[in-house]
Amino acid sequence: MTRTPQIGFLADGRRLHLQDGPIDLIVEATGSQADKRAAYAAAVRRFSGLLDELCGELPLLRQAAHPARCLLQGKVARRMHDAVAPFAADCFITPMAAVAGAVAEEILGAMTANAQLERAYVNNGGDIALHLADGAQFTVGLADRPDAPGVLRTMIIHADDPARGVATSGRHGRSFSLGIADAVTVLAPTASQADAAATIIANAVDLPGHPAIVRCPAHDLQPDSDLGARPVTRAVGELSNREIEDALEAGAHSARKWLAAGLIDGAALRLHDEMIVVGTRAVEVPGLRVPLGRAAEGSLHV
Amino acid sequence: MLTEPTAADDKIRCDACPVMCYIKPGAAGACDRYANHDGQLVRVDPHILLERTVSHGGRLVPFQKTGDWDGKIVQEPNIFVTAIGAGTTYPDYKPAPFIVSSEIDGVDMVTVVTEGIFSYCGVKVKIDTDRYLGPETATVRAQGEAIGHVTTSEYGSQMLSLGGVHHLTGGSKKEGRVTCDALMDLSNCKPVELTIDGGATVVVQAGHAPVVNGVPEERMRVGCGSATIGMFAKQWHGKVDEVVVVDDHITGVLSEHQAGKLLDIADTGIKLKGRRSTPGRYFQVAEPGTGWGGTKISDPLSVLGPFDAKKARPGMTMLMVSTTGEHAAFYELDAALKPVEKQMPADLGLSVERIQENCEPALCTVLFMAGAGGSLRAGVTDNPVRLTRSVKDALTRVTSGGAPVYVWPGGGITFMVDVTRLPAGAFGYVPTPALVAPIEFTLRLSDYAALGGHMDHVRPLASLKGNTETLQISSPPSAPGSRP
Repeated sequence: MTRTPQIGFLADGRRLHLQDGPIDLIVEATGSQADKRAAYAAAVRRFSGLLDELCGELPLLRQAAHPARCLLQGKVARRMHDAVAPFAADCFITPMAAVAGAVAEEILGAMTANAQLERAYVNNGGDIALHLADGAQFTVGLADRPDAPGVLRTMIIHADDPARGVATSGRHGRSFSLGIADAVTVLAPTASQADAAATIIANAVDLPGHPAIVRCPAHDLQPDSDLGARPVTRAVGELSNREIEDALEAGAHSARKWLAAGLIDGAALRLHDEMIVVGTRAVEVPGLRVPLGRAAEGSLHV
Repeated sequence: MLTEPTAADDKIRCDACPVMCYIKPGAAGACDRYANHDGQLVRVDPHILLERTVSHGGRLVPFQKTGDWDGKIVQEPNIFVTAIGAGTTYPDYKPAPFIVSSEIDGVDMVTVVTEGIFSYCGVKVKIDTDRYLGPETATVRAQGEAIGHVTTSEYGSQMLSLGGVHHLTGGSKKEGRVTCDALMDLSNCKPVELTIDGGATVVVQAGHAPVVNGVPEERMRVGCGSATIGMFAKQWHGKVDEVVVVDDHITGVLSEHQAGKLLDIADTGIKLKGRRSTPGRYFQVAEPGTGWGGTKISDPLSVLGPFDAKKARPGMTMLMVSTTGEHAAFYELDAALKPVEKQMPADLGLSVERIQENCEPALCTVLFMAGAGGSLRAGVTDNPVRLTRSVKDALTRVTSGGAPVYVWPGGGITFMVDVTRLPAGAFGYVPTPALVAPIEFTLRLSDYAALGGHMDHVRPLASLKGNTETLQISSPPSAPGSRP
């Protein structure tokens, strides 16, 4: 049986759904009919074969990145490396930490190169690459309960903001986390940078050695995980308010460092019911709940 | 698709895509779509098609076995598209993921396939046991968190009502999470340990015997103590002078019971503790517990007072037995009219075995109960209340994972389904917390159009069958409660 990527519009007839192996993209563009058609066609063309291209270099992509040297060949693979390299001197990180963002960025790049769009996004399982023409904006809702009448916070990214990437990492996601954050959402200039930074900051939200945190070697769960024997978080028990603050502060410390280095534009870190926001005016004040209808125009992070 | 089991550790290599994940048993690959199920590669997010003709089984079969694929996923027309794996969003403000039309008996039918997210849901558990599980309305806990309560006692069984919106979202975050986990496990036929305030610890697993305080229950009682006397009086007549059937609810005494009177069984001067209801029937002979006949006693003689010397005589014989036949003892009155335990005569032993034989196997049964809210119905039609009316008018058939449901009368679409009749792993959750359960609405295409259905989203069945995202499984058992 041959593998057939899934290509089709969602039931709303508006958003394009592209899926191949672990890559699952939701794509939407706004512009003239002709431009939208051209953009979607470009997305589909670039998507075809992309997974094979990446998998050709998979063993190398799963190895710790070198801060200066890159042996990778593919365009997306090199972008993954570039995104993680600034962190590689300080921490263990492999290019895989940026795979979702890098793929989203690649597809978005194909779309904008082939069409004049007012606004577009490629959402790769929560890691989002954005295109905003002058005056456009993109609203990201941070939600913890999908049935609540609104979202916890909203992030509005304007065309004159530097951020064109949004990514979320945490212990509930599809990939493993070394930290205990429920979610760390990062705004960065590109989706691959946001993806890498979210991974690093989520890893930093931690209470090393805390007895209520259950960890397990990554390769016990996924034999070929790029994290090897590193202990990944499986469960987080009861934490005191003080411990929650300490863990979040550890993550915030990391976030501030990358903010100062210009690698990210902001981050929202969440653990249990607490949230810390670092250095972004895009995050609106707490308590302000926007109706879901408006948030849904953008993207909802649950 | 080739799956090569690697040497010793049952890992398999998935070649569904070039990532070629090694997947451990019980785990999924990087895509979360393929998993290692007992050494076989299976799809975990498929749209499951139930083949109606296949006999009992209700198990996952490999998506594709090794060897040549015959290209056939299912054969028309005996298939039913279920909502399992259809995927959903909340709120369901866009049409349900799949609206399938297929021809059944020449009538163009529509099945709207969705997975509902149910905040308003719970399970009703029936535990076949005479043992005392706890007082009515007592809190039922899982991992220390309140997840429900003890409700009424029914025939040979104790009912628990678990979940519901108050435990799911009305309490602490942990309470909600633990409730959601327990409901999902119970609904997926996994064992869950429950503790009852002021009562027992019981392991509940749908379709299996309950385990009360570490002891697996074997049988339901044949009837209350009085009913047991009525059923077996003739078989005891002439073989023993007195029979006491010890029961938490109604303890029966042969010589005083109407059934004994009809057989002219003589008074024995026996004296029972407890409150006499009618002749030969006693309430409250002992506190409820996990001993004889659902009482807390281990020595049955403790329910008796001294024999009346005017009527009793030395050498008189007495059988004491519980309502399941699980406990039994034989006594003879000594010179002081005190009962002394003796070897059970063979013919009385047979009657005890007969009681056992008439007790049905004790089971836990779990009914999932949920209400289909406004937004889920909106995914089905643009005028949600018409769907409700159509269900009430029996124009629309509701099923859950292909299994028949009971739809409660009254408002909304609140249904109950026996979880053992759904395919394995049919229930999921979202962190709300709320359960995700499959729900299908089947109706005539013309009726669907009439109630404002999303006609532009109707897909012919063939379009799903040609899709690789399908998984054929055999149909679940058709008899309620039956297990392979």
